Amino acid sequence: MSSKASILERIRAAKPADRPLPSLPSDPPAALAEWEEAFRTVLAASKTTFITREEIPGYVAASGAKTIVSTRPECDGNLDPRTVADPLQLAGVDVAVLSARLGVAENGALWVSEEEAVHRVMPFITQHLVLVLEREQLVGTMHQAYRRIDIAATGFGVFIAGPSKTADIEQSLVIGAHGPRSLAVCLC
Amino acid sequence: MTHAHRAAAFLQNEDRANWHDQSLWHVRSKRDGSIAGIPEWESLRQLGSDIKDNVLSNLDTYLEAFEEKATANGVTVHWATDAEEHNRIVHGILHRHAVDRIVKSKSMLTEECHLNEYLEARGIEVVDTDLGERIIQLRSEPPSHIVMPAIHLKKEEIGQLFHEHLGTEAGASDPQYLTEAARQHLREKFLAARAAITGVNFAVAETGGVVVCTNEGNADMGVHLAPVQIHCMGIEKIIPRAEHLGVFTRLLARSATGQPVTIYTSHHHRPKPGGEMHVVIVDNGRTTQLAREDFRNSLKCIRCGACMNTCPIYRRSGGHSYDHTIPGPIGSILSPGIDLKKHGDLAFASTLCGSCSDVCPVRIDIHDQLYKWRQIVSKEGHLPATKRLPLAGAGTVLQHSGLYNFMGQAARVALRMAPRALVYNRLNAWGASRELPEVPAESFKQWYNRNKNDKA
Ligand code: SF4
Repeated sequence: MSSKASILERIRAAKPADRPLPSLPSDPPAALAEWEEAFRTVLAASKTTFITREEIPGYVAASGAKTIVSTRPECDGNLDPRTVADPLQLAGVDVAVLSARLGVAENGALWVSEEEAVHRVMPFITQHLVLVLEREQLVGTMHQAYRRIDIAATGFGVFIAGPSKTADIEQSLVIGAHGPRSLAVCLC
Repeated sequence: MTHAHRAAAFLQNEDRANWHDQSLWHVRSKRDGSIAGIPEWESLRQLGSDIKDNVLSNLDTYLEAFEEKATANGVTVHWATDAEEHNRIVHGILHRHAVDRIVKSKSMLTEECHLNEYLEARGIEVVDTDLGERIIQLRSEPPSHIVMPAIHLKKEEIGQLFHEHLGTEAGASDPQYLTEAARQHLREKFLAARAAITGVNFAVAETGGVVVCTNEGNADMGVHLAPVQIHCMGIEKIIPRAEHLGVFTRLLARSATGQPVTIYTSHHHRPKPGGEMHVVIVDNGRTTQLAREDFRNSLKCIRCGACMNTCPIYRRSGGHSYDHTIPGPIGSILSPGIDLKKHGDLAFASTLCGSCSDVCPVRIDIHDQLYKWRQIVSKEGHLPATKRLPLAGAGTVLQHSGLYNFMGQAARVALRMAPRALVYNRLNAWGASRELPEVPAESFKQWYNRNKNDKA
């Protein structure tokens, strides 16, 4: 018998009687202003800064970045990710300015699929990350978020809720573990 | 050697034990602060528990649906009945691609299967990339916690370790500095790896994808740079639909560290262009646990670690005292199921205070299960004599009221007269850090009989 067949057979012999799936909470009424405030508060607590559209070019320039990837009209890049075949070539990216598709008020998570990222590794390998999100794309909770996005529409998608961090040494928070050392979000 | 012995060794250093206790309590407090922001927290826990109940009762169909979807997405799905088969499958994939170095992000399953040792014995360099995991890998020791693997270490020890292995300055122990050194060291490993392995937090039956949650971004750095990605999961990681991720992502990080969500919640559905994606589904004893009605709930665990952070025993005995992959309260109900003789003592590594069950985001009745294991351990004759003999004696006394009265009287005399050595000796761990109470002159019963007439 194959391992698959034997595992499934053991499960069938062992599993309890059917238990129904519960129904999930329905969407709360839209409250964009409150959502935006919550979104800003929780992301700020997660060491994220907010910038305006106009501030993006200056923010990028001030970072001293040499290699810039931008898929946004607000800011010019000097490396076109579409011309890069091997993701290893992105190792030198200093700043990436990308779109996010959806934002979640309760936890500050921003959805970036591989469509927005161009290369899956982009939002991780860049030293600094700027994400641009349209205000209308805010939702209240993760329940709503998963109703709005189709996680299988692209081969990869990620919720990002701050710069990369770790607290593995004596619980001290350190920003910039392996991924970006900073995250700036622009709501437009 | 029992848990109690290892705990005693841990407690030798009182300052350190206190520090460990407080570090974990701090994480527990952060959890409390974070759930205060979710008024519907309790109903969310119930939802998590109910969904997992449904999963356990439909595990076979969900796994088959997952495989069908994943295969259609271009993912290769493998099935492993035990650790050995899991390791063989992973090695087979790496061997086919002539891979000699891999990066791995946190996975308690590969820890459970001892994958690192297996691959290293076959000439493959394995680099754990989660900072805490890398630290303990360099120290050649197992994780002491499922979310914070190096929680037992002080920064000075990590500084010394990095000085030896990564060439950081001698005596340097600033977490910022050490993390930066690890970042540079591991970046090279990410860029050089030809394959990446991750654990799985959730696998979605409806879509055939896997979800991996990290704060550091290490899993993604590995997976997206290496041509071959392998995700290893226990059969119980499956959830029915994408919308259920809403429930579990809300529960997981808040319970684990008090964050509203992990920094990265990554959804992998198809291999990257030109790459390969594999998912290995592992049983390794889980179906046995599923068949145990009293203990199958332990399979609902989402590995948040909250039961460890809150446990008065775990906090004061350290993860290594549990001598198994998963420590703490949840480990103590999983491990006896794997080897009752070896791990049965873990059922007693608890005060049965129930704090673990209170914090568990999927409402596992952890302390009830601990109690049930105790009964099994004693029925099957694995109780040590130091527990068995007094319990048998107490049973006899409590069954006979005359004997109880006499024993009470005798004890009051004995407590006054007996040499301290009777209580404070090697055989009685209870006496190690406690003083006996002052002995009252009469029993409650005597007092009651003397006073009841006054009252009337
Ligand atoms: S048993 Fe519950 S509290 Fe403990 S790790 Fe699992 S999910 Fe978390």
